This record gives sequence, structure tokens and C-alpha cells, in this order.
Amino acid sequence: MVLSARDLRRDFGGFTAVNNVNLDVEHAKVHALIGPNGAGKTTVFNLLTKFLQPTSGKITLLGQDITKTAPARVARMGLVRSFQISAVFPHLTVLENVRVALQRPSGLAVQFWRSMNTLDRLNDRAVELLTSVGLEKDIDSYAADLSYGRKRVLEIATTLSLDPKVLLLDEPMAGMGQEDVGRVAEIIREVARTRAVLMVEHNLKVVADLCDHITVLQRGEILAEGNYDTVSNDERVRVAYMGTDDE
Amino acid sequence: MKTSSMTSTATTSTATRIQLLLLGIALLGLIIAPFTFYPIFLMKVLCFALFACAFNLLLGYTGLLSFGHAAFFGGASYFTAYAVKEWGVPPEIGILIGVIGAAFLGLIMGIFAIRRQGIYFAMVTLALAQMFYFFCLQAEFTHGEDGLQGVPRGHLFGFIDLNQPLNMYFFVLGIFVIGIFAIWRIVHSPFGMILKSIRENEDRAISLGYSVSRYKLGAFVMSAALAGLAGGTKTLVFQFATLTDVAWQMSGEVILMTLLGGIGTIFGPIFGAGFVVTLQNYLAASAFPVTVLTGLIFMICVLVFRRGIIGEFNASRLGVRLGLRTKQ
Repeated sequence: MVLSARDLRRDFGGFTAVNNVNLDVEHAKVHALIGPNGAGKTTVFNLLTKFLQPTSGKITLLGQDITKTAPARVARMGLVRSFQISAVFPHLTVLENVRVALQRPSGLAVQFWRSMNTLDRLNDRAVELLTSVGLEKDIDSYAADLSYGRKRVLEIATTLSLDPKVLLLDEPMAGMGQEDVGRVAEIIREVARTRAVLMVEHNLKVVADLCDHITVLQRGEILAEGNYDTVSNDERVRVAYMGTDDE
Repeated sequence: MKTSSMTSTATTSTATRIQLLLLGIALLGLIIAPFTFYPIFLMKVLCFALFACAFNLLLGYTGLLSFGHAAFFGGASYFTAYAVKEWGVPPEIGILIGVIGAAFLGLIMGIFAIRRQGIYFAMVTLALAQMFYFFCLQAEFTHGEDGLQGVPRGHLFGFIDLNQPLNMYFFVLGIFVIGIFAIWRIVHSPFGMILKSIRENEDRAISLGYSVSRYKLGAFVMSAALAGLAGGTKTLVFQFATLTDVAWQMSGEVILMTLLGGIGTIFGPIFGAGFVVTLQNYLAASAFPVTVLTGLIFMICVLVFRRGIIGEFNASRLGVRLGLRTKQ
């Protein structure tokens, strides 16, 4: 078990956004966290990445208790997340976006007295990563000038450059055109061969042939769990999804 | 794709050459300037330009709006004045003491301020700077309302008499060039790259494993130290340190200079400082209130050209051709 959560709970004032959530993310598997709007998916996500502190419960990453660890530290331990709104550095170039991520593991982050040219030796690796996701033509563009789908791809490339052990993707396909969805699904499948992936998704159909394991959330609690067939045939899930998944 | 990236490198190198040429002309201009202009005025411009650039390191490149930079500028001004006048240290040591003092103040204020973001960050810096102002008002060594007067300029390295206006001018110019180079180096360094990424998207920088508060604190202390360099130097130019330098209006003035010239550009704050100081100098003798005019100019700047004068120039067609477009 790469990442697991036990009895996770988070209150906002009197409102319990997440309650009694247990999750186990396995190596080389794609795990999806789905549910209707307001089900608490993003909250669970923020709890796991430590951007939010759980009210109670326990989170372990690679056998270590990270319940009270700072988010940057968790990232350094190998749990890297993406964001629901595309998280790129808009006024840096595409190459610089990936290079920023490579700087820290290469020990080139605090040198305020050295020239920027010292970063050039990271360029090959950055170009390689960008080529692997099909962004090689956009290397010199500003991230702000990319299309929405390409921004998301850039974000994934940036995340991958850290060679994370667990990848957490918050609605990686939201707002994308059909062509880009296919490309991102392909990237995720490739990535999951050697890593654990947990992705949040709004739509059950998107995850159908991509995910090995699905957890359905509703009103902050786990409604159903299992593979796609189990979950999609579950009556409670059908009810929860009425209108969005019924054909 | 190969060709396009090659042409872009070629234009970059031409642009770099033109930039270096412009830089050379500017430096030459600063070297011959004291022979035509009043040296004290020029030194005042240089000190404020360095102050504004130090402030811009934080606002333009890290995205942190400090409303308390007067504390570092004015604090260093007091420290340098006291060390030179009461302890009799040589001017270069006096300025160094000012810089260290300002950096220390920056560390203390920074530790509290970086815990908050946006407007709250600005308010915490303002509050702490006001506390420092009252400390300066009450403390024994600052002589309250009188300030520290008659600070001797002394001899640089023991043999260059700084009472000679030209010697003093070139000393200030030297400090200015070193200060600007330091800022340019920080901005264009691996560390500077991380600062820019924090400015662009702080949460993303955290998720990449950067402990952003340490980087912010580092930038804050550097900015404070460089503001202190400007303040300490200013004290030797005018030979006094007063409450004006630590008052909140000074923090406001440096924001005005930076915005007017262009945040996130190296030359914007220099231009803005030159503009504001010149305006103050010319209008000082007239009955027209300077603050009304600077206020008006500020409003026009914010409404019409938000990138500031240099920022707009860099983004213009000519600026883009010269390779000056900044990543704003």
C-alpha cells in the first residue's frame, strides 16, 4: 500500500465536509475518486496532500505517518498533486515551467549568486519530458499562451518531472476537448505502469476503462467501492448519479 | 521547429548586444553627469533608485507588497549615522553596519509578515514599520524629533576624502552599481527563478516541494538589506538621519516610484525614482504642493499605463524588438 487514509474527517465550522473516509492507493494502479458536485472529492484530495489539515484520522505514505507533515515536505517524499484549475506558471515559458520542478531535486534552487545559465544543464531533461507528452513545439511559448488542454498536459509533465511515487490528479480531463482527453488518458495509463495514481473525476464514464479501482463519494462519505462493473451496477450509485450518468 | 528556435536565439543575442550598448551609454551618462548637474541631487536620485530597486525585488519578482520598507531604509540611515558619528567608524564600515542592521530588522519583520498573504501581508509590514517608527521617535540614540545631525562623511578606506563632492559622487555611484548588479544577479539566478514561480502560483510551488516561506523570507531579508544599503548611503550624502526616513510616507513613496517606472523591470524603479525626485526638487521652491501632483500622476499611471513607463516601453513594439519584453 503506497498511500492510505484511515477514518479521515474534516469539519468546517459545524459542517462535516468529509467523514469516515478510508482509502488505499496501490502501486501501479489507477484509483479514481468520483462523486457528484459537492461530494467532498477535492477536500479529500487537499487532506491527502496536506493542503488541508484533517480534523481527525490518519494518513500514511510509504509506511510513514504524514498526518501532521507540511505539504512541501509531503511533495518531497514523493506525493505530488495537480490542481483542479490548471496550475502552471503563466508568465514563465513552457521549458521554464518544467525546469522549475527539476531545480529542487538537482539542488539548484537556493543559489542566488549564480547565473541562470547554470540551469541550462536541466534543459535536456526538460525537453525530453515535454517531448514525451507532445509539447515539444511549444517549448519557447509562455504557458499563459497555451490552450487549456495543453496547459493541463504541461501541468502533468511538470508533475512527472519530479518522478513522484504517487500522483494525485484533480480532474485532469475537466474542460478538455475530446482529442486532448484521449491524449491525457494515454499519458495517465503510461504513468501508472510504474506509479500509483489517484485521480478525482466528476464523470463516471471517463474513468470506465482507465481505472482499476473506483471509490464513490457522496456527501463526504464513501458510498461504494470496487471496480467499474461493481460500482456502475450499484443501485445507490445510480441514484446518486441520476441525470448525469443515466442514459 | 529547429529553425524557429535558432532564429529566436539569434535575435536574442542581437537584443543582448543592444541592451549592453544601452547600459554602457547609461553608465557613461552617470559618469559625466556630475560635471553638468548638481552632485547632491544626483546622489539623492541614485540612493532612491537603489531603494526602489530593492523594494521591487520583493514586489516585482516575488509578488509581495511590503508597506514597511521605510523601516529598513530609515533604520539603516540611523544605524549608519550613529556608527559613524558616535563610534567614529570609517564610512564603508558605517554603511555595512546599516546594511546588517536593516537585514536583521528584515528578518524579524519577515518572520511575522510572511505568515500572511496579500493585503494582510502589507498590513503586518505597515504595523511593524510603525512600531519601529515609534521606537525611533522615543529611543535615546536617535534624538527624537531632532534626528542625528552633522554626520561626518569621513575618508573612504582611510585616504579618499568624501567631503569632496566628486569623490562622494563616485563612491555613491559605485555602491549604486554594485547594488543594482546584486539585484540583477538575484533575479537572474536559480533562486530568482523559484521566486518568480512563487509569484506566479504559490500553491503550485508548494506542490513541487518548495518550502515557499523560506524563499519568501530569503527574498524579504535581501530586499531589506539592499534598502538598507540605500538608506545608509543616503545618510552619508546628506549627513543626517531623521524621522522622515522611517515614516510611513517613505514606504508609500517607494511604492509610487516603483509602480510609476514599472514593477518587475530592472530599470523601471530607477526611472520612477529619478522622475519623482526630480519633480520634488523642481517643485520644492514653488508654492504648488508636490503631493497633489505626484498623486495625480500616480492615478494616471494606474488608470492608463499600469505596466509603468518602462514596463509600457518594454511591451511596445520597439521594446519587443529590442528583446525587452518582460515576463509580466
